[in-house]
Amino acid sequence: MNQNHIISVLVENKAGVLAKISGLFSRRGFNIESLAVGPTEDEKISRITIVVNAETHSMEQVIKQLYKLINVIKIQELDPSNIVERELVLIKVSADNNTRAEILEIVNIFRANIVDVAKKSLIIEITGNSSKIQGLEDLLKPYGILELIRTGKIACSRGSKK
Amino acid sequence: MGKINGAQMLIKCLKEEGVEVIFGFPGGKVIPIYDAIFDSDIRHILVRHEQGASHAADGYARATGKTGVCVATSGPGATNLITGIACAYMDSIPMVAITGQAETNLIGTDSFQEADITGITAPITKHNYLIKDVKELPTVVKEAFYIASTGRPGPVLIDIPVDVSKSLIEENVKVELKLEGYKPTYKGNPKQIIQAAKRIFDSKKPVIFAGGGIIISEASLELADFARYAKIPVITSLMGKGGFPDEDGLSLGMAGMHGTKYANLAFMDADLIIAIGARFDDRVTGKLSEFAKNADIIHADIDPAEIGKNVKADIPIVGDAKTILADLKIRYKELIDKKSFPDRDDWLKTIKNLKKDFPLKYDKSSRGIKPMYVIEKIYEITKGDAIICTEVGQHQMWTAQFYKFSQPRTFLTSGGLGTMGYGLPASIGAKVGRPGKTVIDIAGDGSIQMVSQEFATAVFNKIPVKIMILNNGYLGMVRQWQEFFYNKRYSHTSIQNSVDFVKLIEAYGGVGFRVTEKSQVEETIKKALSIDNVVVVDFWIDREENVYPMVPTGSPINQMLEFE
Repeated sequence: MNQNHIISVLVENKAGVLAKISGLFSRRGFNIESLAVGPTEDEKISRITIVVNAETHSMEQVIKQLYKLINVIKIQELDPSNIVERELVLIKVSADNNTRAEILEIVNIFRANIVDVAKKSLIIEITGNSSKIQGLEDLLKPYGILELIRTGKIACSRGSKK
Repeated sequence: MGKINGAQMLIKCLKEEGVEVIFGFPGGKVIPIYDAIFDSDIRHILVRHEQGASHAADGYARATGKTGVCVATSGPGATNLITGIACAYMDSIPMVAITGQAETNLIGTDSFQEADITGITAPITKHNYLIKDVKELPTVVKEAFYIASTGRPGPVLIDIPVDVSKSLIEENVKVELKLEGYKPTYKGNPKQIIQAAKRIFDSKKPVIFAGGGIIISEASLELADFARYAKIPVITSLMGKGGFPDEDGLSLGMAGMHGTKYANLAFMDADLIIAIGARFDDRVTGKLSEFAKNADIIHADIDPAEIGKNVKADIPIVGDAKTILADLKIRYKELIDKKSFPDRDDWLKTIKNLKKDFPLKYDKSSRGIKPMYVIEKIYEITKGDAIICTEVGQHQMWTAQFYKFSQPRTFLTSGGLGTMGYGLPASIGAKVGRPGKTVIDIAGDGSIQMVSQEFATAVFNKIPVKIMILNNGYLGMVRQWQEFFYNKRYSHTSIQNSVDFVKLIEAYGGVGFRVTEKSQVEETIKKALSIDNVVVVDFWIDREENVYPMVPTGSPINQMLEFE
């Protein structure tokens, strides 16, 4: 059965590494749902967070294949029940004098921010997990979403409770 | 301290890695490298097409176990290497390919003879590098050789912009190998090995499936030792040929699409498959869901990604074939010492009967020249003491079936990629690596024409390989499929009278013979082997001879089309 897998890959921060990783996914027939990349606390090392929709068995195979890439240092498949996941989304939504107040209310409830105000639109910034973002998106849809830009998911496994 | 340029540093690093020979072809962006080669005592073999260089480096690597090295210029030179790199990748052959590249400031501008070769080769190399600063060069070369030759070997490409080759660098630099993301596992997990030994002990009908990993890890003695001690029959893959003597009583030869019927039946009947350094390719398993349904699988491989990829492994062991087999024997012997040898007489009798009942067959009484007959004669005359290369197609399968291999690194063939045109350049590489050995390329008339320009390489460099062309005037394997599955519609597979091979090799300065009568086969092979020059023998074989048995694609491997 297909399901979303979140994998966190530590790689050497070198030119061409991202291409090798994304190439491996497409070569083995996987579609990447989202991908976020940036340097870690050690500037020589980057972290790539990839969300893939795949069968568990083929996911195992991809992780093994990823390990074969020389620039890949460590791979972790994150357990969705024990992580903090976040995504940052910018939503440009239609807004005029009649609707602006309503939208502001929704934005407040979601603890999102308005980062740009124009005559006919607003840009809203929201961070959170998928369900929170989906919730806001659903409520804003009737006003007319002009653009929606997501960073892709990043995730961190929770610290030990013991 | 003195300074040298990047190209000179490259050659210095290659020498430190023990490189004795380079196969290559010069061009604009590698002139500095060729200038450094000019002063070096590393032997350079000038090929006639870069594909020849990568295949020759591959053949050299397979024949010697050392890492093969090839060099080409940027753009078309580099792209011409690709088939050879892909071929080495599929068969896990250690190779370092060095390419020239446009100046660093021109990269990405579509400059003359520029190609993104690191991008192009990412899926077919174990790793690749684009050197942007000459200071990286010594480390990159050291890493490249280390990566190419360790773990599961494979090709590594180093792309060197021409300005990097010309930049100056301190001659004496200290290089440290630091590869955080690369730590191959060699020693098999002891718990898994103990578990495997127990499962083998309990098995009534075990078979060993030996793949190319046996050859790569030099494990053939350990394999023979374990198989004979435990009395377990051995099936090899195409890549495993030579890893276990074909003439051994326990040998079942090769399994799969054109494997022996007895190997395929043994697979299907076994209750345990002990796979070592093999990857259960579709040409071996046939219809996967029907493959060896009664068998548990112990799967040992140095590449964890191979385990569980095609077939489910009941006992996975990650590690090197040689150490795993040695450890396995120790653990197995402990069980025997405590208990006794398990009784497998029935199974061994079954195997013996299968071999007796379903031998490989062909029409021995035929008046025409049968390709199998030629191969049997080559085997008799060489007494098996030769390195045999092949191209790809019918002649390759006949060679795998009818030449009896007994030593590792004596059968050089393109297994994974199935590259027509592999054999001639590979034989050149093999002969360079092991000049004392007789090296024969058993070829088809189709394949050889893909690389016949390399006759010049062999003659010019005095590399006396022998090319035995089994000439049927067809692209025979495709014709066979057309006969069986496409109602004999021979679309574009007849290539009769393409060229006079005798005149062709003579034009290059070699020696050629044509054999049209069965009675000439033996004496001509002997004559060819006695001449100290490149020799082509053009055998006119029965045109529509087929490779039997054959498992049609998508069928279980016990359903075979057989020789009537």
